Amino acid sequence: MVQLTLPKNSRPVDGKAWPKPAGANRLTEFRIYRYDPDGESNPRIDTYWVNRDDCGPMVLDAIIWIKNTIDPTLTFRRSCREGICGSCAMNIDGTNTLACTKATDDIKGAVRIYPLPHMPVIKDLVPDLSSFYAQHASIEPWLQTTSPSPEKEWRQSPDDRHKLDGLYECILCACCSTSCPSYWWNGDRYLGPAALLQAYRWLIDSRDESTGARLDNLEDPFRLYRCHTIMNCAKVCPKGLNPAKAIAEIKKMMVTRQF
Amino acid sequence: MADSPVRTQRPLSPHLQIFTPYLTMVMSILHRITGGALYVGTLLLVVWLIGAASGPAGYARVQWFMGSIIGQLILFGYTWALIHHLIGGVRHLVWDVGLGFGPEARENMARLNIIGSIVLTILIWVVALIVR
Repeated sequence: MVQLTLPKNSRPVDGKAWPKPAGANRLTEFRIYRYDPDGESNPRIDTYWVNRDDCGPMVLDAIIWIKNTIDPTLTFRRSCREGICGSCAMNIDGTNTLACTKATDDIKGAVRIYPLPHMPVIKDLVPDLSSFYAQHASIEPWLQTTSPSPEKEWRQSPDDRHKLDGLYECILCACCSTSCPSYWWNGDRYLGPAALLQAYRWLIDSRDESTGARLDNLEDPFRLYRCHTIMNCAKVCPKGLNPAKAIAEIKKMMVTRQF
Repeated sequence: MADSPVRTQRPLSPHLQIFTPYLTMVMSILHRITGGALYVGTLLLVVWLIGAASGPAGYARVQWFMGSIIGQLILFGYTWALIHHLIGGVRHLVWDVGLGFGPEARENMARLNIIGSIVLTILIWVVALIVR
């Protein structure tokens, strides 16, 4: 359902302005979404000042610096700090991206950080991704075959292998799906760009023998066809992939398989 | 933890309120809005036909309204909505064959849609006013 405004319990209020660190020459303002599940109050926006001479170049460096030196309660996911795990996906400066690959210097003015949009918030910058993962599972992201297994590996020509480029690199960070207005309004029924890109990754894998069943599973007004080519997914993907294009290819397969 | 307070509902993270309005996203919204406006525009056409069917007096009344400044403005808006939605439809057609998804192509198509709809709308009105 389209609901343009936030529910009452979700509207952020002004939060705490933390003191500036003493003796710092280069300060950057960070305005960060906070939500404490143990209290009864609404989410709030806290203001922090980061001493840039004492911290690394990326937004992730800055929020780790805040956690270490100002406010240990600030909560976020992070792991690899090099753009391959997808844990630190969040909304930075109005767009979804990975905190570890986004340079603080590339942002003008205060750095505004929110959790991934239109998701239930567990705490601070940590959204509940259960439904997102369940949708990924629903497209059965593994090789499905009926022919007898070869003695060694399933072979694939270099040309067929190239068809997986631009798809297999997806790290499931959820930046794309949570940037998609269609996913915002119908995320319970529309699979979203990430799951659909993965679906296409298996649909065009020359080794997979379940193409028909996979397409049947997607042939649905909501699961696939809620994509209205808004393109936010392709704009935000931190790996430079193009889920919108993958979805269009699935729609094409739906048509061409009828002939 | 058994003794922690149970929150029935987690807050929803901000979305439209904080998200950068990318051109392609704004164009998608405009496509929706113009599509909705076309329902009203088509009603205008129906009003005009009813006026014509109801005789000279009714037709004159409708013509008077359509010819007034407000009427002309509404018709101008209707023309733009129609052309904008039409070009948007062509854009969707291009996407349906799997083209126009690249980082430059999608932006250029969006720009072309806006510029094209404005230019064509003005052109239609200029031609209409000349041949009147």
